[in-house]
Amino acid sequence: MNNKDLLNLIDITVSFEGFLALNKLNLNLKKGELRAVIGPNGAGKTTFLDVITGKVKPTKGEVIFKGKSLVGRKEHKIARLGVGRKFQSPRIFENLTVKENLEISVTTPKSPLNLINKSIKNEQLNEIDRLMKIVNLAQKVDSKAGSLSHGQKQWLEIAMLVGQKPDLMLVDEPVAGLTDEETDLTADLLKSLSGENTVVVIDHDMEFIRRLDSNVSVLNQGTVLCEGTMETIQKDQKVIDVYLGRPED
Amino acid sequence: MSLSKIKFDKKIVLSFWIILIALIIAAPTILPVFRLNLLGRYLSLSIVALGVDLIWGYTGLLSLGQGIFFALGGYCAAMYLQITSSSEFPNNIPEFFALYGVEKLPFFWEPFRSPVFTFFAIWIIPAMVAGLIGFLVFRNRIKGVYFSILTQASLLVFFNFFNGQQKLINGTNGLKTDVTQLFGQMVGSESMQRIFFWITAILVIAAWFFAKWVVKGRFGNILIGIRDDEPRVRFTGYNPVIFKTIIFSIAGGLAGISGALYTVQSGIVSPQFMTVPFSIEMVIWVAVGGRGTLLGAILGAVFINYAKSLVSEALPASWMFIQGGLFILVVTALPEGVLGWIQGDGPRNLLQRFGLKRKIETYPSLEVNNKEGNNE
Repeated sequence: MNNKDLLNLIDITVSFEGFLALNKLNLNLKKGELRAVIGPNGAGKTTFLDVITGKVKPTKGEVIFKGKSLVGRKEHKIARLGVGRKFQSPRIFENLTVKENLEISVTTPKSPLNLINKSIKNEQLNEIDRLMKIVNLAQKVDSKAGSLSHGQKQWLEIAMLVGQKPDLMLVDEPVAGLTDEETDLTADLLKSLSGENTVVVIDHDMEFIRRLDSNVSVLNQGTVLCEGTMETIQKDQKVIDVYLGRPED
Repeated sequence: MSLSKIKFDKKIVLSFWIILIALIIAAPTILPVFRLNLLGRYLSLSIVALGVDLIWGYTGLLSLGQGIFFALGGYCAAMYLQITSSSEFPNNIPEFFALYGVEKLPFFWEPFRSPVFTFFAIWIIPAMVAGLIGFLVFRNRIKGVYFSILTQASLLVFFNFFNGQQKLINGTNGLKTDVTQLFGQMVGSESMQRIFFWITAILVIAAWFFAKWVVKGRFGNILIGIRDDEPRVRFTGYNPVIFKTIIFSIAGGLAGISGALYTVQSGIVSPQFMTVPFSIEMVIWVAVGGRGTLLGAILGAVFINYAKSLVSEALPASWMFIQGGLFILVVTALPEGVLGWIQGDGPRNLLQRFGLKRKIETYPSLEVNNKEGNNE
């Protein structure tokens, strides 16, 4: 651990009635880093995100974010500290329009009084325009989010995540169900976000992870099996055994 | 939203306003006092229905206990009227106290001597009680059907408490208001009832504008967000507990106003306002009128109640069957309620079924609204 780190997970253990979803997991993230997390089903990838965002309280261990402990904090407080999350299946507000969805994410402060009293700030409207252009939804501004295609929903959720301006973005399977072209665009988008933001991407899609060209952490049975670049982990015997299978010829 | 739909909505809203204003202006001259009084009562019920629409239609909180706040508002109004009209009774306190040998006014009656206090108490006390119940429930993340059961249980607690307190608030007999005096006039008199009708009509419109203001914009969008996906709202940095407490409290305040207006027009407030069926009826008005439409809540409350009184006059025993049937019809055939059905694709689908309108092969947004264009 050093003070350049944005996030430290220290010996995190999560036990669901005796079943260890996470088992002494350690993971450190530097500021501006792009990190991919992979692992077979049940390795604890989603639980790992749940612990950071406060949905699940770890049985043991510490989560340090920007020097503060996150354990025991409420979800919305953690979000306000600067942790944003994109869910596995697109979780957008389907009965609201694209613009309204983005308004919810860019609005600060997120207090009832601010929402009911004041109209949205101009800079926030500009931010919404910028986001809609980035994710190619500018023509869908006033469409109900529920009427978007699956890919557009994924992108809208990513835009909402960016609009929250989090220091740490947790992105859970952003390319599930996307076409190859959309997958490539998403990879480029996430790469462009890192540097300024710290991004953690969880996914199964090896092509996509390779394209991210980032450090990879491999999770297995609730603990970090191996960390390194794509090349390193692909040669690691332990990883091959549990996850990758035989290397492609 | 498509262009034609917005126009359609505007047409509905505009025609509603014209009809409503015409009705309100015409009603006192056309209707006999008895009918006018009924209409006034049902209009006052539409205010509690607006509250139900805010918490249920928009925020997804199905409360079966709105009767608590409705009755509290009614009691506040009735206590004021009783106490200001008690000068000729023994000890200068309301008449019923003598029946139970009470000689000193219970302490909580004292502030109700003041009309100003009462004016605020009618909506602030129910709103505060709602806020307190709401906060405790929401903080513990109780939702869905558990929330509904809890509100119904609270309703029963309040009902039993009010029912048993003869020495404090006349228990099961309730407090009568029709023979009390307000500004030197008898509350039950024809001229007063006319004034109450006007006040009610104005307050219904005011409550509608207020509810509209609450749900428009980002605050309302958060409410819809909480209804559709509460964890997502939380992970975006909003605290749903506060939003839910506020809206539940607002609905409580509206219920209080509604209860007070209903009380002065029906002539009595009693624990009967806190029975389980009555609070469920409030939900039915909104379900039939259309959840999340506001206007639907008003129309549902007025029309169902008017139908109820007309049907009960003609066929006394049959209303419960009709109401039950109406609810089943709405749940199965019109899940969005009557207004939701009209605003949605309901009329077009119906016309298509009878071959009066061309069938749409692809998405409606592509074929019907091609003016707007779907150029991607």
